[in-house]
Amino acid sequence: MNTQTAVNAMPTTVENKEYPSQVLTSSRSGAVARRQRIQDFLFHKITLCFAMFAFLVLAGIIVALIYGAIPAFVGFGPSFITTVDWDPVNDNYGAMIAIVGTLLTSIIALVIAFPVSFGIALFLTEICPVWLRRPMGAAIELLAGIPSIIYGMWGLFVFAPIFAEHVQPPLQNTLGELPLIGRFFSGPMMGIGILTAGVILAVMIIPFIASVMRDVFEIVPQVLKESAYALGCTRWEVVRKIVLPFTRGGVVGGVMLGLGRALGETMAITFVIGNAHELSWSLFSAGNSIASTLANEFAEAESKLHVSSLFALGLILFVITFIVLSGAKLMLLRMARKEGLK
Amino acid sequence: MNHTSSNPVYRMRLLTHRIGIFMSFSAMALGIFFLAWILITLVMNGASAITPAIFSASTPAPGSDDGGLANAIFGSLLMVGVSTLISTPVGILAGIYLAEYGDESWFAQATRFVVDIMLSAPSIVIGLFVYAIYVIHTKHFSGWAGSFAISLIAIPVVIRTTDNMLALVPTSLREAAYALGAPRWKVALMVRLRAVRAGILTGVLLAVARISGETAPLLFTALNNQFFSADMNQPMANLPVVIYQFAMSPYDNWRSLAWGGALLITFGVLGLNILSRTFFSQKAQG
Repeated sequence: MNTQTAVNAMPTTVENKEYPSQVLTSSRSGAVARRQRIQDFLFHKITLCFAMFAFLVLAGIIVALIYGAIPAFVGFGPSFITTVDWDPVNDNYGAMIAIVGTLLTSIIALVIAFPVSFGIALFLTEICPVWLRRPMGAAIELLAGIPSIIYGMWGLFVFAPIFAEHVQPPLQNTLGELPLIGRFFSGPMMGIGILTAGVILAVMIIPFIASVMRDVFEIVPQVLKESAYALGCTRWEVVRKIVLPFTRGGVVGGVMLGLGRALGETMAITFVIGNAHELSWSLFSAGNSIASTLANEFAEAESKLHVSSLFALGLILFVITFIVLSGAKLMLLRMARKEGLK
Repeated sequence: MNHTSSNPVYRMRLLTHRIGIFMSFSAMALGIFFLAWILITLVMNGASAITPAIFSASTPAPGSDDGGLANAIFGSLLMVGVSTLISTPVGILAGIYLAEYGDESWFAQATRFVVDIMLSAPSIVIGLFVYAIYVIHTKHFSGWAGSFAISLIAIPVVIRTTDNMLALVPTSLREAAYALGAPRWKVALMVRLRAVRAGILTGVLLAVARISGETAPLLFTALNNQFFSADMNQPMANLPVVIYQFAMSPYDNWRSLAWGGALLITFGVLGLNILSRTFFSQKAQG
């Protein structure tokens, strides 16, 4: 506000005081200045209204979800969240299956996507010859551009059969034999299920994580890296011991951003997760995530409690992603401040 | 050289380095491999479905033989068009606010935060929101509801790019305009905004690319329509939802159409991405 008035005041003062010979026009220029001040005021308020729109939408989403979820929370109480049951026939609902499915697929995705994204970011910033950087970077960004539903189709019709035939049996024969984690890799190998969903999610979030990592890797001061090289570090050591520690906050932010994306991903998951309302130790078994439950059932939900339970699921999903994304944003803001210090 | 290779510490470090670099190469190769795999799959399965009929005939009834995607393509274009018309002015004006007044008020800072969150918010929740505030009251699914839902996804994209692009305008340019006595709104709209037109167009194109493939928010807003319809107050056919329903169906010709639609939509979206990134890249970096 202050600078705004200062800027507006400038032309008038100049004309009125510095050039007394133009006193004749001063009353007219005063009118012009007043009109401009009104215009500027309107401009400020109008753009402000549009900016507030973003706030209103966010508030509206939260209010609408809470309002829709009230019957479910009233009917089932807080135990709605921990109940392991989703039974439209008997009109009995609990969120645990969907929450576990959402978190499991996202965590699997992160475990796979983090090292791969790191490798890609490392390649794009340190290894790749300069002329290849742009096309390579663009190719990774295209991976982010492919619509979710395409990942779903590809996952169901192309990836899942190959996964069932060539990946799941070796997994079961090796990891599945181990005493404690063996149960995660037991059961029938259908190709679809939690693990497949996690792998496809990983492919989808790799470009997001990689592009954040690339951006933060690029802000590492050249002097730091050159000093390390001068001490005789290998390139890997420079990345591992200089770049990564320097950008830790940004890397964590990027990973959380990827997690936020993974949690809310809908269509790809709906295709490959198997859509079964059951909880099983095996990652090969079919499951359900919050988003896939919504996509499958919302348009056909009849009973009031069913609809409301779906709203409650949506609310839970929104709250989880909101927290994760806020964390990511705070991490990246801290990183940006570091860049400013450079 | 000899010294290096004989010292076990050096050998170890060199080995670690080589393994690390090799893994990095593999990660990049893996990324490219998945991109190529998906694109090749699409072309192999979808190319045969791309016939003139796909653009002229409406989606077939269950069991009937031929048919196309004309109603879905038209519905998608219409809804994306309407939503572009809504989201572009809203996004640009909000972006101008953030760039002009953003460093002065806590409100603008908070708005930036919210916009960043909305950028990655689950799109299916946006669908739920539009259902709760619009579809429930009109009591039927409609093209308008679909357009609103995808607008809410596009707006944060436009706000973010506008804000980023405006920040690139040199302060000296604005000061020169102020020195000529121009009021703030004129400087903002006619100097600052004009200087980054190309960059903002990029943002709009990216937003269009983003919403063209969105399926989840349309499931309970626009739903689907088996017939050709230009009535925005009726359920409206659209490519993503048709692809979803047809891909899951037991009919071979439906699946083939789904692949054809998938091919169209992917290459459309990727084309927009490439166009916006390469064509405007120099100016955007300006």
